[in-house]
Amino acid sequence: MRGAFLDAVCELAARDERVWLLTGDLGYSVLERFRERFPDRFVNAGVAEQNMTGVAAGLALSGKVVFVYSIANFPTLRCLEQVRNDICYHALDVKIVSVGGGVVYGPLGYTHHAIEDLAVMRALPNITVVAPGDPVETRLATRAVAARPGPCYLRLGRAAESVVHREEPAFEIGQPLVVRDGADAVLLAVGGLLANVAAAAERLATDGIDTRVISLHTLKPLDERTLARVVAGPRHVFVVAEHVAAGGPGELVSALLRRDVAVRSLCLRPDVTGLVGRRDYILAAQGLDPAGIAGAVRDALGWSPPRAASGP
Amino acid sequence: MVHRANASHIGGCLSIADLLGVLYTSVLRVDPRRPDWPLRDHFILSKGHAAAALYAVLAERGFFPLEWLEDFCRDGGRLCGHVTSPRVPGVEVSTGYLGHGLSIGCGMALAAARARRPTRVFVLLSDGELDEGSTWEAILFAAHHRLDDLVAIVDYNKIQSFGRVADVLDLDPLAEKWRAFRWAAREIDGHDHDAIAAALAAVPFETGRPSVVVAHTVKGKGVSFMENDLAWHYKSPDPAQLARALAEIGAA
Repeated sequence: MRGAFLDAVCELAARDERVWLLTGDLGYSVLERFRERFPDRFVNAGVAEQNMTGVAAGLALSGKVVFVYSIANFPTLRCLEQVRNDICYHALDVKIVSVGGGVVYGPLGYTHHAIEDLAVMRALPNITVVAPGDPVETRLATRAVAARPGPCYLRLGRAAESVVHREEPAFEIGQPLVVRDGADAVLLAVGGLLANVAAAAERLATDGIDTRVISLHTLKPLDERTLARVVAGPRHVFVVAEHVAAGGPGELVSALLRRDVAVRSLCLRPDVTGLVGRRDYILAAQGLDPAGIAGAVRDALGWSPPRAASGP
Repeated sequence: MVHRANASHIGGCLSIADLLGVLYTSVLRVDPRRPDWPLRDHFILSKGHAAAALYAVLAERGFFPLEWLEDFCRDGGRLCGHVTSPRVPGVEVSTGYLGHGLSIGCGMALAAARARRPTRVFVLLSDGELDEGSTWEAILFAAHHRLDDLVAIVDYNKIQSFGRVADVLDLDPLAEKWRAFRWAAREIDGHDHDAIAAALAAVPFETGRPSVVVAHTVKGKGVSFMENDLAWHYKSPDPAQLARALAEIGAA
């Protein structure tokens, strides 16, 4: 995703002189291209995220569209007060980009897991919160947040994510994308879990369970009617997110949907902080790999395997 | 204002009154009729709790009607107890959380420097907010990027929120610290109008370096019973105290 992001930002910067890119001393082997092409609009602010965020506010107050780049919780929680007051409260054109949303930096440990970020960021005023589902969505989302006035949080994975969208979808902020249709259950995938959710849907199809897969890439703004429309039909709704339960996408969707739909949240459990391993390992341990997601759906729907036809 | 609203921070307002007065009468290139004039100097009151002082000066300069001051900090009023934008003409950015203003000023100065635009940025800080690590991040950043159109002014009244600076987190030697961070520093008496005007007329003190004016001030300046007293970070004057204070500063 970060490659797709950088391609899109370079494209934007070539067209629009207001576009700047700030980094908190991260982006080795990624951001060099931007630095070489647009040296006057690039700043490595050093390992100083609070100041970087304030500088971004000052630039935006001077008419710039500023992308702030870092990883995990560094551009959000480390400098939350600057994000809240200097950027969000003033509704400035600053786009905060975090690479490594969720447990992407698995083996680096808990310090590098961004798993409360969506809850925290969506509580802030005036901000748009977007977590694209694959590299295609990342490219489109980057363009969309640049074009949208005001602050934005763009939560990305890292590198080498599977492409889910074979064709370019009509990406619009606030409009969930239906990736696959189905009548038995709705699976709302948030951010980089889209590929696992799509794979789970394949497995479920072989069991005769027909699921609708939706990329819920925008968590704010998200209106009740839009959400109700895309999930309409099936009586079971699952929200799958690489995030803790508190304030996460599951709670958001439950609050927005009417009460006769069963909303289940598949998300990270508190014991995630004790796990050591790659992202895939952690996701499997938390039931967020394709097998785990498919299993949770089968259980909720009361599905049981067909009895063997042959007798003794 | 402060008395009427039963508000706090009168001590820290009085310590910067002379600085603000000189800034807004003879230093800042601003136009009250066009607060967004693109060629203006930027001023950020990073110690946003001294809002009453800034609002009084802005109203006197005609950025907004003097009547707005009547409702300061009162229900339904326009002006709250910390510096707030938008909707208050002449205020560039909201402050009140300490340790933010200098970073924002760095961003403004960097935008101007890279556009080769002669915009000057003045940031007035409290001594207490020099405790904030983020302030020192900004100090590093400004010097590294040679932002010589950036001017920091420190209201060094030596009393912070819950004690004397020397007892809480000592800043001395303060000017030397800024110099070590590659700023050009001058120390002045922050109540001497000529000294303030002379220092601010001489910025940048050195080409290629940001400038800092360490202004030695007195918290509660001008009112004998408020001077150098921590209590006036919090207390609001009662009617008798107000009358005495106004008499002492010659405003009665």
